[in-house]
Amino acid sequence: MPALRVHKLRKAYQDVVAVDGLDLEVQSGECFGLLGPNGAGKTTTIEICEGLTARDSGEVEVLGMRWDSHATQLRQRLGIQLQETQLSDKLTVAETVRLFRSFYRQGPAPEKVIALVQLEEKRNARVGGLSGGQKQRLALACALVGDPELLFLDEPTTGLDPQARRQLWELIEQFKRDGRSILLTTHYMEEAERLCDRVAIMDHGKVIASGTPRELIASIGAEHMVEFSSAPSLDTTALRRLEEVREVRMENGAVQLQVTALHSAVPALIAELARQGVPLTELRTHSASLEDVFVSLTGRHLRDE
Amino acid sequence: MNEPANPYHPLVELTLMRFREFWREPEALFWTFAFPILMAVALGIAFRNRPPEILKIGAAAPQLAQALARERQLDVQQFSAAAGAEALRTGKIALLVLPGSGGAVVYRYDDTNPDGRTARMLAHAAIEGAAGQTDPLPARDEYMREAGSRYIDFLIPGLLGLTLMSNAVWLTAFAIVDARRKKLMKRLVATPMPRRYYLASFLVARLFLLVFEVGVLLAFGAIVFGVPVRSSLLDIAALCILGSFAFSALALLLASRARTIEAVSGLMNLVQVPMWIFSGVFFSAQRFPNVLQPFIQALPLTAIIDALRASMLQGASLKAVAPQAGILGVWLVVCFATALRLFRWR
Repeated sequence: MPALRVHKLRKAYQDVVAVDGLDLEVQSGECFGLLGPNGAGKTTTIEICEGLTARDSGEVEVLGMRWDSHATQLRQRLGIQLQETQLSDKLTVAETVRLFRSFYRQGPAPEKVIALVQLEEKRNARVGGLSGGQKQRLALACALVGDPELLFLDEPTTGLDPQARRQLWELIEQFKRDGRSILLTTHYMEEAERLCDRVAIMDHGKVIASGTPRELIASIGAEHMVEFSSAPSLDTTALRRLEEVREVRMENGAVQLQVTALHSAVPALIAELARQGVPLTELRTHSASLEDVFVSLTGRHLRDE
Repeated sequence: MNEPANPYHPLVELTLMRFREFWREPEALFWTFAFPILMAVALGIAFRNRPPEILKIGAAAPQLAQALARERQLDVQQFSAAAGAEALRTGKIALLVLPGSGGAVVYRYDDTNPDGRTARMLAHAAIEGAAGQTDPLPARDEYMREAGSRYIDFLIPGLLGLTLMSNAVWLTAFAIVDARRKKLMKRLVATPMPRRYYLASFLVARLFLLVFEVGVLLAFGAIVFGVPVRSSLLDIAALCILGSFAFSALALLLASRARTIEAVSGLMNLVQVPMWIFSGVFFSAQRFPNVLQPFIQALPLTAIIDALRASMLQGASLKAVAPQAGILGVWLVVCFATALRLFRWR
């Protein structure tokens, strides 16, 4: 039985269609990522799955149950972390975790959860005095107090500094090892590549690609990206004819090539530019990422808009 | 790793959250406890019962001044006729006594001013006494200044009602809108928390805080001003609980949909300001025209204040204040039922 099954899900707000015929399946024990830019419909989708927002049409099955008939049982078995919840500033960490623990029939002791998210030293500190990363770990603790089978994490690392983000990633990896199923949304491709077994890339309320991060990157047919700046007189059609080049894109005077073999593509590129007599500056290369998949599918960057 | 069962009760933890949010906010403590007392002190001083006033009068002849000095309730000063007229005109004295023709005495005063009329009677008695007149009947004065009929006695039940309303409305409505604004409410609704416990926690917290709110103000009134409590404390407690619950239900209704503090503040003022004015906190609601009375009597603040005054000052039984209790009960039920229907849980 899949942990989550979504079929032809649709949700519109006034005249904006937020989710437009979405299909998803999260396998038990898997970490599944919903990747997409702001406004793609990720939060609406996850909140419908959490039973917080009503759907217009389509089917949602969570742990084999439906919200219409089994809401109370479902709530006991899910762990939820919402985007931008502010827990009460006046309570301490321990008091907050105990409050959430009191809602669940069973689960670990508050102290154990606090230790799990590494907030023991802050257990008697007021929530208002915690750093962004500590608050986010407390939010995870509140999601874990019911010993959930399925965790919903909505942009768990947005707004955190790199160190706090890595600390949170380690925690989420720990949950995966515990065998929990996870659905997370993010607009950080590194996060999806590192944490998720499978991802679905969302844009305008639809899934435009899904699979393992490796499959998706392979799907654009190129392994490396080459970027450089040049003169306006550059003839890009000649670049397209190079054997290793899959695609050429121009953006604000920068040129981006998707290439298969970096070791032969770069010398061929340099030779071609020398033949045309145009300058070459700011040459950069990197391995293809989910960001490049998104750009190649939509022509836009994930964090634009 | 799991505990066998849930060792914590949601209602207990939610109520503790209410307390903690309250105790750890020094401003809230001030407005809840210190403010009503400061108000009672200020108004108690402003409207305290003064000792019988000594009236200032003027005399335009030394013999008159001497005769008038016999009366201890008069403060006599001697003036020339012109200076005395000026003092009377500017209100420095309430009465000017002048020698008239043929040994008569002239009293000059403003007969629309009660002080002037009182001074005239006192002065005339003193001058007759000095002239050898004796009272045809022997008389003796007995003074009565009873607790229960002073302004402070009227004020304390009014402030008690006002405190019940302010605290219930502000603390409840603010906490709800704040939780909604911060998406804390949405997060709580995402757990298996029974929603009735969330609402009940406000009432339970209210019950405990009431003991302090009411206790502090009653004790202050009794100790500092000797304000009487002529019914049983149990009756007062019952009325306060009913009143506070009615106002809490009103707060739930006001906060049932608001998403911002500004929106709910506007609603709270809209509802509370008419009651501050009409419900007889500082002066009797009976002073408003008869045509307004049915509206004024239907207000929950009028009901609780009238009930508390009757109970505290006249020792009225709960049965005697049943009409007011009924009004509060209707407010409680109607507001609570409507709030439940409208309440936005996210």
